[in-house]
Amino acid sequence: MTIDWSWIGDHTDDLTSLTFSHLQAALTAVFLGLLISLPLAVVAHRVRPLRGFLLGLSNVLFTIPSIAIFVLLLPISGLTRTTTVIGLTVYTLVVLLRNTVEGLDSVPAKTKEAAKAMGTRPLRTLLTVELPLALPVIMAGVRIATVMSISLVSVATYIGDGGLGQLFTDGFQRDFPTPVIVGVVLTLLLAVVADAALVALQYVLTPWKRRRA
Amino acid sequence: MIQFDAVHKRFPNGTTAVHDLSLEMPEGGVTVLVGSSGCGKTTTLRMINRMIEPTSGVIKVGGKDVTQQDAAELRRSIGYVIQQSGLFPHRTVLDNIATVPLLLGHGRKKARARAAELLETVGLAPDAGKRYPHQLSGGQQQRVGVARALAADPPVLLMDEPFGAVDPVVRTQLQDELLRLQKELNKTIVFVTHDIDEAVRLGDRIAIFRTGGHLVQCAAPAELLARPADDFVADFLGAERGLKLLSLKTLAEVPQGPAPEGGTWTLVVDEARKPLHWATKGAEIPVRPLKDGDSLLAALNESVASPTGLIARVDAAGVLTGVSSRDDIHTHAGQAHAEARTHTGTTRTTETEAAAA
Repeated sequence: MTIDWSWIGDHTDDLTSLTFSHLQAALTAVFLGLLISLPLAVVAHRVRPLRGFLLGLSNVLFTIPSIAIFVLLLPISGLTRTTTVIGLTVYTLVVLLRNTVEGLDSVPAKTKEAAKAMGTRPLRTLLTVELPLALPVIMAGVRIATVMSISLVSVATYIGDGGLGQLFTDGFQRDFPTPVIVGVVLTLLLAVVADAALVALQYVLTPWKRRRA
Repeated sequence: MIQFDAVHKRFPNGTTAVHDLSLEMPEGGVTVLVGSSGCGKTTTLRMINRMIEPTSGVIKVGGKDVTQQDAAELRRSIGYVIQQSGLFPHRTVLDNIATVPLLLGHGRKKARARAAELLETVGLAPDAGKRYPHQLSGGQQQRVGVARALAADPPVLLMDEPFGAVDPVVRTQLQDELLRLQKELNKTIVFVTHDIDEAVRLGDRIAIFRTGGHLVQCAAPAELLARPADDFVADFLGAERGLKLLSLKTLAEVPQGPAPEGGTWTLVVDEARKPLHWATKGAEIPVRPLKDGDSLLAALNESVASPTGLIARVDAAGVLTGVSSRDDIHTHAGQAHAEARTHTGTTRTTETEAAAA
């Protein structure tokens, strides 16, 4: 299997735009997933009876095969980026919801009690005490969701999107390995860079975790 | 002043935590709630700032019924120190202390300036402010907990076994600091502990609870030790309660005379006349000199250990002023007991009651 380096040179513009399109789909999905998961996780954390239901629901959604989700969405949102993003978002929920609930659970009772005893109201406690302390566990979920989404975007090639995934179909159809290899390498690179960026973000957001005595 | 009037607390599972409690906690005094676990002392404390709501009865702080006030605002007006400090792990020490002033809308700059001031008040170095709680020792964390409770200068301070998780040496230091602070600040303090020695040390009044949430006796430490209401209280105070009473009296009134000369044992002093040790032919026994403010208990202990039965007395600078005999100490110890049995208590109570009146 040889790589046709000149093909890469001739297609740098295409590769760049595919990479950005790929990343954009994945990040949008994670962002939307967080927007949905946060309030749901707070509900699941506070209302015990709903907890099993919400976590179970996110599990069920996760078991739907990815191609099936895109097919199911076709009548609603068509062959668009929207379909890709909705599909990916559904998959992020299982990790993001579970990790956010677990993150909130991990906040020590003593700390929450102290916040209450100092006269902090519940919403402020959530925003300034519970979420910051849950952040490391939530961020662990965000990292998994991001890497997972980056790898999943390619599946959306079936509905004409798919970012770098388009290189795979292109390569397979023409029996020409270069685009496939380039696609795999770029997807991997994207995942590694995105993960490193998230680690850096977490470092910035959790100054109290830096210097362990 | 904090008043409990016929307060009951029954939890949903049916256990009664507090049973028909009527109690007054005097203004500017330290009331210690003491008893074994499950006796309702912590529940009693937590009902004051509405962390727990009473099932029936009325609790008033400064004359106002607590249940008639907004719970969050009430809590901001009452300092609270929890066991193992309960500090916010994600906030610096300074921001931890600034919590309540920030909630009250004092602005970040002003709140931090106040927090820096309090670091000094509780005996922490200024550079501790930039650290995170996990970078401090247990004792230091507890000091931060106290500073945080004092930040908005609340008239009332609730302390729930605040020194329960630190070692005995640090615990004694923290108790000393609290007594020193209280002399300056005159807060109305409610202090929960299961350690009777801590209660005797810190309390102007001690309330003893029995399992099931019954208040058995509430009195000044000296009165409690001299006249326990029943066997339960007597047992709780322990077999050495006679000695504990002596820990409340000082050495000041015990007469002293010049150090003996020419006997078997000589008290050796240095050039500055600071006592060093008792000496006889071929032997030296170290001496622990005592000041007027030291307790009769410490004096008794020292006189028992002394080869001559004499204790060395020094002034504030540590210079020898004289010696006191075992007999004199015994006589005063006996007098202290007689006094406590007949009077309501020591001067400490009278002061507190005067302040409350």
